[in-house]
Amino acid sequence: MSKYDSKYLEEKLKRELQTEYVSVTDESDGCGGKFSAVIVSPAFSGKTLLQKHRLVNSTLSEELKEIHAFSQKSYTPEEWEKVKAQ
Amino acid sequence: MNRICQSLLRPSYRIPAALNGGASASAATTPGSILCRFFAADAATGAAVDKATMDKLVRTNKVVVFMKGNPQAPRCGFSNAVVQIMRMHGVQYDAHDVLQNESLRQGVKDYTDWPTIPQVFIDGEFVGGCDILLQMHQSGDLIEELKKVGIVSELLKAEEAKQQDDKAK
Repeated sequence: MSKYDSKYLEEKLKRELQTEYVSVTDESDGCGGKFSAVIVSPAFSGKTLLQKHRLVNSTLSEELKEIHAFSQKSYTPEEWEKVKAQ
Repeated sequence: MNRICQSLLRPSYRIPAALNGGASASAATTPGSILCRFFAADAATGAAVDKATMDKLVRTNKVVVFMKGNPQAPRCGFSNAVVQIMRMHGVQYDAHDVLQNESLRQGVKDYTDWPTIPQVFIDGEFVGGCDILLQMHQSGDLIEELKKVGIVSELLKAEEAKQQDDKAK
């Protein structure tokens, strides 16, 4: 259980990481314990995969204490264009 | 790629006798299971495992995985995904079950400053959790990372064998 929902997480990520695209899906049937996210932000540029994930984890550090499962796909805008083209 | 993965899920992996001798390690013995040493509970309780101990633990094998459950019976979908990826690449690794040991669970999280389990180490370096391993698997980066530590992925072997076949035709 957590007090967070997709909309809250999307807004926070958008605000903190200036995302160009962000989509958070609640996979917990509403209990707020499991989310998956696609995050596209220029803040990821020049970062390794691990560094990108760390940036997201630290942005949501308070929330992740309560969210049981959080899965992310984090891309730079350039990477996102390639992903979309596939 | 799927075809290759399936062809690798054959029950032909065997456990070398050398791996069966460890006092705290019990090797996988079920047919079709991948080579891996599984470290069961030392039933430690109390304080988180300290950094010096973690430094040693993450280097007991080229690939070390901290997970929920063990490779034969993962107890979390994310841990299971990592086990399946390792199996596809034919990686021999050490697995630690954090559900058996709360000190280890907290110890590894503190060590990496990473909030979730599973956690994968290659050559003592923290690589990432399930999402990262999956992405590295899909991009082919995992094959490269394994190669750096002298592990030839079964997927790479299959790919090369296929190329040889194609040439011969």
